[in-house]
Amino acid sequence: MTTPLLDLRDVSKRFMVGTRFSAGGKKVVHALDSVSLSVMPGETMGLVGESGCGKSTLGRCITRLYTLTSGTIRFGDTDISTISERRMRPMRRRIQMVFQDPYASLNPRRRVQDLIAEPLRVHTSMSTAAIAKRVAELLEIVGLKPDHAMRFPHEFSGGQRQRIGIARAIALNPELIVLDEPVSALDVSVQAQIVNLLADLQEQLKLTYVFIAHDLSVVRQVSNRIAVMYLGSIVELGAAEDIFTKPAHPYTQALISAVPVPDIAKQSQRNRIVLSGDVPSPINPPSGCRFHTRCPIARDQCRVERPVLEARSMGRQVACHFPVLGSDSQ
Amino acid sequence: MLRVRDLTVSFRTEQGVVRAVDGVSFDVAEGELLGVVGESGSGKTVSLLAVMGLITDPNATITGSISYRGRELLGLSAKEMRKLRGKEVAMIFQDPMTALTPVYTVGWQIAEQIRAHENVSQAAALQRAVDLLAEVNIPNPREAVNRYPHQLSGGMRQRVVIAMALSCNPALLVADEPTTALDVTVQAQILDLVRKLQKNHGSAIVFITHDMGVMAEIADRMIVMYAGRVVERGRKEDLFLSPRHPYTKALLDSIPPLSGEKPRRLKAIPGSPPNLVNRPPGCAFAPRCRQRFEKCDAEPMLIGEKRAVACFAVNA
Repeated sequence: MTTPLLDLRDVSKRFMVGTRFSAGGKKVVHALDSVSLSVMPGETMGLVGESGCGKSTLGRCITRLYTLTSGTIRFGDTDISTISERRMRPMRRRIQMVFQDPYASLNPRRRVQDLIAEPLRVHTSMSTAAIAKRVAELLEIVGLKPDHAMRFPHEFSGGQRQRIGIARAIALNPELIVLDEPVSALDVSVQAQIVNLLADLQEQLKLTYVFIAHDLSVVRQVSNRIAVMYLGSIVELGAAEDIFTKPAHPYTQALISAVPVPDIAKQSQRNRIVLSGDVPSPINPPSGCRFHTRCPIARDQCRVERPVLEARSMGRQVACHFPVLGSDSQ
Repeated sequence: MLRVRDLTVSFRTEQGVVRAVDGVSFDVAEGELLGVVGESGSGKTVSLLAVMGLITDPNATITGSISYRGRELLGLSAKEMRKLRGKEVAMIFQDPMTALTPVYTVGWQIAEQIRAHENVSQAAALQRAVDLLAEVNIPNPREAVNRYPHQLSGGMRQRVVIAMALSCNPALLVADEPTTALDVTVQAQILDLVRKLQKNHGSAIVFITHDMGVMAEIADRMIVMYAGRVVERGRKEDLFLSPRHPYTKALLDSIPPLSGEKPRRLKAIPGSPPNLVNRPPGCAFAPRCRQRFEKCDAEPMLIGEKRAVACFAVNA
């Protein structure tokens, strides 16, 4: 068995909100609660869940944009959860991130060539000429033209801007890229181009991806394995195909069944589970299983006892007292 | 009931004239749900804003005809339009926060809307607000009327806006991407609600979305828009089972499937939607189209009745 490139153990992240003067005083948001996950070299791990489930927080913890409240994150053979910012710096070359909104993540006052050259200037001692050459090379890799180098971000469409963001991320030949909703802001026709580009880059550059998205069909397309998150925890984890054909956690089932499919023929055969209510607040999460307030099959035990994520079958982990195993959803 | 003919909306900008909507025609029948689908910038929102009389930009020019139950809406005064809006026609938006004021309770806001159109007491209007919130499945409606918008979740706010839109029992409801900002499980609830409304109130609904999946779930008929024009029109079943316009086809093909065989690569549409400033003549989709030929330098007409396509390759 190969060793994982990224290994998370019991990662928790809490945020404090409010001050002692606000109504109810200071409150704690339990954004991540004991998340354990390992990512193998060369694979794409998809993180899915609804807003507030902690998937973006997890991505930001992996890239150390947030420091953990507790738990460990190992990257290769280094524990990056506690090392100093100075020792983290060389690690940042190997872990890069692409953000959802290419409008917000690119400095509007800088030309594309400077934007892409920035990581090279910061992390390497390459000469100006070498950097220019590398920038031209990167533009070509992500499908932009050489004359785009002198332009400013506002002159590009959303899809092209995301290409610039990707060029920045791969500039230093990283091993791992955390992609936080990289195609959510794009139109469908452009979304497919970027999904294909990411797949090509992964193959050519032997990249490992952590792909965060709320769009299940996109996640299915790109991922080898998928972790489904709900209110700060992983509720189900397994091979992408298995998760979709045989979801075991009632939340995963509801999530998949709620996605509207652009296929009239298949629609009538689908068994839709409409959950009631909204995702509860992570400030005051429900007792026991956090999903029990919306779960169609919740029993007394679920209200009291919190299920742990455990292996149920080949490569599948489920955090549920009564998982639905062996059934076919389609 | 709603008949839009040759609607053109153009805006004067520093870069030149932008024709956001260019000769769009469509009908909405009583009680039906018409889906309007297209990517950002395709003109889907602007054309319905024009129907609602909500384009107030002094740089905008609107031409064509919009007739609602035989009455021409273009050229109505702001006052006459205001009487119609909310009572006969109502609109809900993608972001419910923009439709709600943060400084009043939701009950107050719904009651205000009712009292703007009907002569009822505040108490009676508030009672109606409670009933409406119950109808859109808000738990504890009696308590919910006293809440402020920021105290509600996104899904709940969207329900409040829907309740507000329903307050005067409009015959026509325009919903502009009402579920785009919501999570899928909440989206499913709102879609159920929209379906229920169509059934119980008999309202005609125009539903704008970019999501083909949502369209497949709720539309009766659809129009597909691209670069300010309608490129295909027809019953939902026809459009999904046998799309004819190359753009409709390509759009459906580019969506990753949720089940079955996983394609190695997605069928992406090359390029990006055109810039609408000083648009070159001819079919707007031609530069991205696999079926383009010499004729595409001219402007294709939307040909057909119930099922219509604007494409030379199809209509040849």
